[in-house]
Amino acid sequence: MPKLIIDGQEIDVAPGTNLIEAARQLGIEIPHYCYHPGLSIAGQCRLCMVDIEKTPRPTIACNTQCADGMVVSTQTDRVKETRRSIMEFHLINHPLDCPVCDQAGECWLQIYYMKYGLYDPRMVDEKVHKPKALPLGPHVMLDAERCILCSRCVRFCDEITGTGELGIFNRGDHSEIGLFPGRDLENKYSGNVVDICPVGALTDRDFRFQVRVWYLDTAKSICPGCARGCNIEVHVNRRRPHHAGGKRVARLKPRFNADVNKWWLCDEGRYGYGFVDDASRLTMPVWRGEPVPWDTAIAETARVLGRHAPDAVGVLASPKMANEDLIAVKRLAEALGSHDVGFRVPPRTPGDQDDLLIRADKNPNTRGGELIGLDGDVAAILEAARDGRIKALWVFGHDLFDSTWPEADVTRALRALETLIFTGTNANRTSALAQLVLPTAAWVERDGTFTNFQGRVQRFRPAAEPLGEVRPEWDIVGQVLGTLGHAGTATRAEHWFVELAANVEAFRGMTYQSVGDTGRMAQ
Amino acid sequence: MTEKILTRNFDRADAHTLAVYRETGGYTAWEKARAMEPAGITDEVKKANLRGLGGAGFPTGMKWSFVPKNHTGPVYLVINADEGEPGTFKDRYLLERDPHALIEGMLIAARAIRCEKAFVYIRGEYVEPHRRFAAAVKDAYDAGLLGAGLDIVVHRGAGAYICGEETGLISSLEGKKGWPKVKPPFPAIKGAFGMPTIVNNVETIAQVPHIINRGAAWFAGLGTKTMGGTRIYSVSGRVKRPGIYEESVGITLRQLIDRAGGVSGNGRLKGVVPGGSSAPILRADEIDVTMDVDGLRNAGTMAGSAGVIVFDETVSVPEALMVVARFYAHESCGQCTPCRESTGWIYKMSERILAGHGRKEDLDTILDVSKRGAGTTICAFYDGAVGPYISYIEKFRDEFEVLIRK
Repeated sequence: MPKLIIDGQEIDVAPGTNLIEAARQLGIEIPHYCYHPGLSIAGQCRLCMVDIEKTPRPTIACNTQCADGMVVSTQTDRVKETRRSIMEFHLINHPLDCPVCDQAGECWLQIYYMKYGLYDPRMVDEKVHKPKALPLGPHVMLDAERCILCSRCVRFCDEITGTGELGIFNRGDHSEIGLFPGRDLENKYSGNVVDICPVGALTDRDFRFQVRVWYLDTAKSICPGCARGCNIEVHVNRRRPHHAGGKRVARLKPRFNADVNKWWLCDEGRYGYGFVDDASRLTMPVWRGEPVPWDTAIAETARVLGRHAPDAVGVLASPKMANEDLIAVKRLAEALGSHDVGFRVPPRTPGDQDDLLIRADKNPNTRGGELIGLDGDVAAILEAARDGRIKALWVFGHDLFDSTWPEADVTRALRALETLIFTGTNANRTSALAQLVLPTAAWVERDGTFTNFQGRVQRFRPAAEPLGEVRPEWDIVGQVLGTLGHAGTATRAEHWFVELAANVEAFRGMTYQSVGDTGRMAQ
Repeated sequence: MTEKILTRNFDRADAHTLAVYRETGGYTAWEKARAMEPAGITDEVKKANLRGLGGAGFPTGMKWSFVPKNHTGPVYLVINADEGEPGTFKDRYLLERDPHALIEGMLIAARAIRCEKAFVYIRGEYVEPHRRFAAAVKDAYDAGLLGAGLDIVVHRGAGAYICGEETGLISSLEGKKGWPKVKPPFPAIKGAFGMPTIVNNVETIAQVPHIINRGAAWFAGLGTKTMGGTRIYSVSGRVKRPGIYEESVGITLRQLIDRAGGVSGNGRLKGVVPGGSSAPILRADEIDVTMDVDGLRNAGTMAGSAGVIVFDETVSVPEALMVVARFYAHESCGQCTPCRESTGWIYKMSERILAGHGRKEDLDTILDVSKRGAGTTICAFYDGAVGPYISYIEKFRDEFEVLIRK
């Protein structure tokens, strides 16, 4: 374990740690552009210079591994002057277009200029001109004039996705990022280059010009796009609702988790939030085609479920539901005495999978459903509905027509029911056949936990107000349980989590606090 | 006049053939070296005070000894024949007129560093030198000199100055963009294709057979205390007989200009760039310096590639600065920020000054930008570029001020 001194503070670090990371551990910022902990060392931006004792001139921190006895200074006059010079070099050809640049407010040229630059500009000559507003692929737009050629995006495509679409072409100050001939930036992770671009060169086509970043609020969350459960931040636009056509969720950004997704997020997950503000959202409880108050809807649901014998009621939960919802459903099934409970619906199109993040299972909480014990035979439930044994079926979220089962079979099963209850966020072909439609909050409108494929229980938090009258599933189920005369009327998701932790072995002893921001493995 | 060693056969039209090379003692050094231990060869080269003749002047034997002793995989020898420093044109003559001297030197050097595969990276524009050298390699294979312990791959560049920088050259050789590599690791530890690699200049290696044949003491005695041998000076600009001159590294700049027939143009010397375009300029009153690495370093400039560019009084230094700034702006690889951005900026300023739109503060801005950027980059390109930027202005400031006052 090398022991060294940085700005007078002693620190022990793991062998192989570089000076930027060692300083970071001490809370000391060494400014940098090209260095990224997930990528190889490029040493190109030259901003991370520090002074090392017995070294004749400032040295780049990114390419310097900590050595025993090293004495490092990040604050000498020489280092400060060098940073100022490097900032000036970065900016002489950079357009002064912050007022119309989407990166403004989260731009590392702005941030570092204010912290480490503050020189008087001397450049009076014509700047170099390069292509602007150049689409690189379906998601990413390039402004080559704003690019500082840190090569992070190039290294990402070379080293992380291995797709190698990007290169740096030409020489000197005419160097520019570009696509190799015949290529488009359309790998499954292309949006990450926007995250790692420290300036406004690469912007998100989906997000650009929608809302200024300083109007965004953020919440820590989990991507619901697949069983990986990538840690994300949800950025919502509450303060300028008239911007972006009323879309509340502005974008999703990956949030570092060393054990789950590191710094990355796939495009499918990143751009998969559209349903939240889609016109197909269900916003009011509906009974027999008419909007009704929740009280009516809950009472009607309880009446339908209570009216039948236990073996005439089926519940089809969803692996898109949170652990809190699933334990509530479990309690409901127990209360009703129903054994016809399941949650797996085989998707019509099998999911793709790779070695980086993407999982074939496109549900965030399949593992949770398994651990909580809801894994029944859904095909058999539908068959029982077709045969007339099951008379009331409560479907959560699924569109049963989007499955491997023949449409005619699904239609026959659903039409044979006396009552179909549908609970979900958006209308679909299944909800269209339901007598009772109970609208639910999308994951960004509520809190809860998902259990990823590794068994990691992870929290997501509310980012936006629930739309219309929507409620989380645990609340709806709890209200029904209460109406049926059972305990279970919780007022917070956390109450259900406490229930889960007390009763399901895999979750034993967990609390929201112990799950924290990075999750905790189920037993 | 110094004895001609490297250029001894240059006057013969058939000097490039294996027969003539053998006739004049060729490949006898290789015979001798084969009986020597690798470490013995390196020691001999160290004692000869042979220093790199490509520009940096690094002691050759010491460089060879950096190859890790416990390394088990391949070790590569790479010959830098990407002669691109403006004012330098010596290696092309060696490739064209005495290619076997390089091949024999490579055989010996390869033995010293335990290398079985060597590369020769030839500047793309050097069509004829490439043709001659490739033919010589073929003859050496046919004669059994190559292929039995050493293979040579001849590789042509595509015309980028930066590919003469040793790690830029390695990147290019590996099939990548010719970007210099971040050091450490240094090439002797981790170079071409991730293996220990020694990069030497053509002329440096062409010296090696003579050292082995005639001994380190003899070679060291040809030069100064810290640098042995002769070297080939490329003399250009305002001299009466421009061309290449093989001389001791102990010759003074004044003597060398005289060897080239003296100053042409109006006959009065204004300044001399002594070591290729990257070397800071010397004024007419500063030319009584010896041309070895240390002599020129003490004079505030550098021996570099021994490309001597002579300015007579009619040469405009601001125009020369603009030309050299255009060159460096054009050739900067663009990888790291200080060089990429300021070479272009300084070129624009130098051009503007020449066009009569200079501003009072421009000269100090060029000096300041040059000094701030120096020493902050991945490779030595920018440190080379600031040689002329700074010295042209500091030594001939009045010529610039006249243009700005107008």
